[in-house]
Amino acid sequence: MIRFMAGKLLEAAIAIWGVVTIVFFVSRVLGDPAVLLLPLGATDAQLEALRASLGLDQPILVQYFSSLGAMLRGDFGISFQHMRPALDVVLERMPATAILAFSALVLGVLIGAVAGTIAALNRGKLAELIVMSAALLGQATPVFWLGLMLILFFSVQLGWLPSAGSGTWWHLILPAITLAVFVSASIARLLRSSLLEILGEDYVRTARAKGLLPQTIFTWHVARNALIPVVTMIGIIAGELLGGSVVTETVFGWPGVGRLIVQAIQNQDFPVIQAGVAVVAIIFVFINLAIDLLYGVLDPRIRGER
Amino acid sequence: MAPLLQIRNLTVEFSTRAGTLHAVNDVSYALEAGETLGIVGESGSGKSVHALAMVGLIPTPPGRIVSGEVLFEGVDLLKLPERELRDIRGRKIGFVFQDPMTSLNPVLTVGRQIMEPLRRHLGLSAAKARARAIELLDLVGIVDPARRIDQFPFEFSGGMRQRVMIAIGIACDPKLLIADEATTALDVTVQAQILELVRDLKKKIGTTVIWITHDMGVVAGLADTIQVMYGGRIMERGPVRSVFKDPRSAYTWGLLRSLPGKLTAADQRLYQIPGSPPNMIHPPAGDPFAPRNEFATERCLREVPPLLQVGAGAPGHMAAAWYDLPAALENKGYA
Repeated sequence: MIRFMAGKLLEAAIAIWGVVTIVFFVSRVLGDPAVLLLPLGATDAQLEALRASLGLDQPILVQYFSSLGAMLRGDFGISFQHMRPALDVVLERMPATAILAFSALVLGVLIGAVAGTIAALNRGKLAELIVMSAALLGQATPVFWLGLMLILFFSVQLGWLPSAGSGTWWHLILPAITLAVFVSASIARLLRSSLLEILGEDYVRTARAKGLLPQTIFTWHVARNALIPVVTMIGIIAGELLGGSVVTETVFGWPGVGRLIVQAIQNQDFPVIQAGVAVVAIIFVFINLAIDLLYGVLDPRIRGER
Repeated sequence: MAPLLQIRNLTVEFSTRAGTLHAVNDVSYALEAGETLGIVGESGSGKSVHALAMVGLIPTPPGRIVSGEVLFEGVDLLKLPERELRDIRGRKIGFVFQDPMTSLNPVLTVGRQIMEPLRRHLGLSAAKARARAIELLDLVGIVDPARRIDQFPFEFSGGMRQRVMIAIGIACDPKLLIADEATTALDVTVQAQILELVRDLKKKIGTTVIWITHDMGVVAGLADTIQVMYGGRIMERGPVRSVFKDPRSAYTWGLLRSLPGKLTAADQRLYQIPGSPPNMIHPPAGDPFAPRNEFATERCLREVPPLLQVGAGAPGHMAAAWYDLPAALENKGYA
């Protein structure tokens, strides 16, 4: 178990290093932040001076290694735009993203689990058709459109909920629903197909041949096995949501990490891009680690391989 | 005394995209308590389906029990509601399925899977069920059962898993044990061990057994009665000795002839029954085996032969054939 964890942590470190490195070099291709930061009439000398003060006059490899070393100490540099440590700028936005991600995930998984189960247990009946059509629609609807429609209906027409911003729980409702629609649709579809597959397994027939009660069969022989792929998907979705849902955060003016990173890219705010991507990568990697561990709990075969 | 199990005119169909599949056609037979019945036939002969249909284990739809009675201890199982059937399955009728790789739940310990029917049917406490499960594992020949009980199926070999399946099947001391191709997935030496185990268990607990297989050799070594099925019908049945010595159905004869035996010379190829199994969506009008039968008469193609007592055979030796096999064999110079 300790060796397994150590291996996973090493993998995680390599993954984060890879992401940070790629982002470093790609963002340097975007352009010259000095040009953006200074007013249009700035002289070459002024530009040079700003580049020197930001460390952008150094050879790119020197910049890379010095920033890598700094990152290890948690120093991502000063945001060009906010003039404050980049990591602070990113971490300030994390709670908003985390609250939105968590609400959407809980709501989406609950709805998706119920819908997927109903669909699987009513194979070939009207209930399955309705649930699956809704799920397909939910998955196919563009998030920005759904967000706008919800604003149009609940904020503009009915005036029940705020259209944008954050601060109260009321602000959370619409963006959380927007994200939960997609989450629940994905979960419902996967769970349904997973349940149907397991229902046809030989060991389910064995369970029936033992004369077990339907609820015992469903809980211990069907659902227990059908959940394994669903857990993987929940992990992937959680990682994506915690990385910030750019579109939803933009539509609802939600002050999350996704919107921050996109703004930083537009403004060529290298330190914030670096810090944002690094934080998101770390979260993603650790969620995957958690999923791997959970997998071992759910599936003894995987535990056995360790 | 009334037989333990009496099946009358059981007919089972499946709806498929291509049409109605006639899986079991008018099957009737009786099984005495303590008897071991070996049912032989190729895939699609209806041997497994009829056993599953008896206790409500075929999926409906697409499956459908068209007609028949399955009297078990005098009660028609086909008329019982699912709730009452559940109390019989695993309690009075135990199952051992083929392919222990897929028939055991991969994420539950074998102990739990053996304990489930004990707790459900006998109402044993967790501790008592566990003790009984350890006894059962020991009974089916698993070494160190107290440790093995907490392991998962993937930690067992194929033969050991089959033993676990048997332990599940016999857990509640069922009156009837139905084993469906229980040794098919195993290699020959393991198969021999399992058969030895079943013979042994029969002696110890005296269960009535239906052993479904496509292997004539297994039946010869285990069963009192053999029942040969083809195209969803019984072609021949009777005491093993009588049927093996004096087969009256050309299909039985073909099966026996395709066994490697003392008479097969080293350089001689094994006999193969010509043709392929019937299409059960459009089954032959008469004797299902007629199209592949070199002894078939005109009547075989038109009319389904009834299952009748063989005049010269042992009591209970019955065959469904319009032709006279011993005479036909002599005519063709096989005898």
